[in-house]
Amino acid sequence: MHLRNSGKGFGLVMVFLHWLVAVAIFGLFGLGYYMVDLTYYDDWYQLAPDIHRSVGVLLFGIVLFRLGWRLADRLPAPLPNHSRFEIVAAHAAHWLLYILIFVASVSGYLISTADGSSIDVFNWFTLPSVTGRARDLETIVGDVHYWSTWALVALSLLHGLAAIKHHVIDKDDTLRRILFPPPGH
Amino acid sequence: MRKLLIASLASLTLVAGAQASEHSGTYAFDKKGAHQFIMFKISHLGYSWLYGRFNDFDGEFVYDAANPGQSSVEVTVDTASVDSNHGERDKHLRSEDFLHTKEYPEASFKSKSVVVGDDGEEAEIIGDLTLRGITREVTLDAEMLGHGDDPWGGYRMGFEANTTLRLSDFGIPTDLGPASQTVEMIISVEGVRQ
Repeated sequence: MHLRNSGKGFGLVMVFLHWLVAVAIFGLFGLGYYMVDLTYYDDWYQLAPDIHRSVGVLLFGIVLFRLGWRLADRLPAPLPNHSRFEIVAAHAAHWLLYILIFVASVSGYLISTADGSSIDVFNWFTLPSVTGRARDLETIVGDVHYWSTWALVALSLLHGLAAIKHHVIDKDDTLRRILFPPPGH
Repeated sequence: MRKLLIASLASLTLVAGAQASEHSGTYAFDKKGAHQFIMFKISHLGYSWLYGRFNDFDGEFVYDAANPGQSSVEVTVDTASVDSNHGERDKHLRSEDFLHTKEYPEASFKSKSVVVGDDGEEAEIIGDLTLRGITREVTLDAEMLGHGDDPWGGYRMGFEANTTLRLSDFGIPTDLGPASQTVEMIISVEGVRQ
């Protein structure tokens, strides 16, 4: 199996990163959705946001790496049965996903650092604030985080449904390509 | 000694009104100079105090030296300016769980009556407090801190008042625990006579 993409399919690195990011995004969304309604005396009241922030920071780093990898590596050619509309729509969705991940990550970071405090990532390292104390910033970026994460999850679901449509209805290799890297030639 | 001011001013009601009118007038809060503070403190778990403040508010009071009981005060607070020195907490305080500032961006207090204490040192300011869309009568325990000419040609007068509010009385749905059912409000202002 190849680490890098080929003209036919995705390499191991892209497949792994794709699913790692997918799991992280849905995990973070679920955790975020759950944690904002925790009551003050819940055991998870502090732990859940700590995990959410830490995973979010790590995810952002992973996505930056993934973006670099994608830009540096070649992309497999679209499958021959894909229409021009499907190709354009899929590419637009992919880039919009990257943009939404970026917006969601940065806005999340800014919520936690808008008072000048830093983020402790799993007691591993500390990410300082770049804004310092910025009055009311947390409210503005809080709205951005809320809507961008909902949009991200909605678009991810659409992206997944499209893949399932290709698998079940079109019976092509779209989904299989991102699940199983092609064997080496 | 400053507490004696209200007493002495109250006693002025007994003498000629012309003498008493010196300090009377409408005083605007010194918002620009930020000689005004609305602080709050609430117990954290019963173990310590959490202090915060509202950064943005304005108001004025009318001081009647001849008859301090006829004085009045009005305050308007931008609820979104809540500041507890912690961005995520402030964001939470602005949310529906607490102040719901999008729906209720303004809180206000308007006095209805002022009862000067027997010793003349302190006064109870009774008025309507509107917070989170709910209006209730509250009593502020007020104390005049001082008054006199300032170095720049104006005339200033300062008060500090406090009261205790029950969170649930104003529709705040979050239960912070048995030690944190009430919050103490402290308002400390300096007015410049207009």
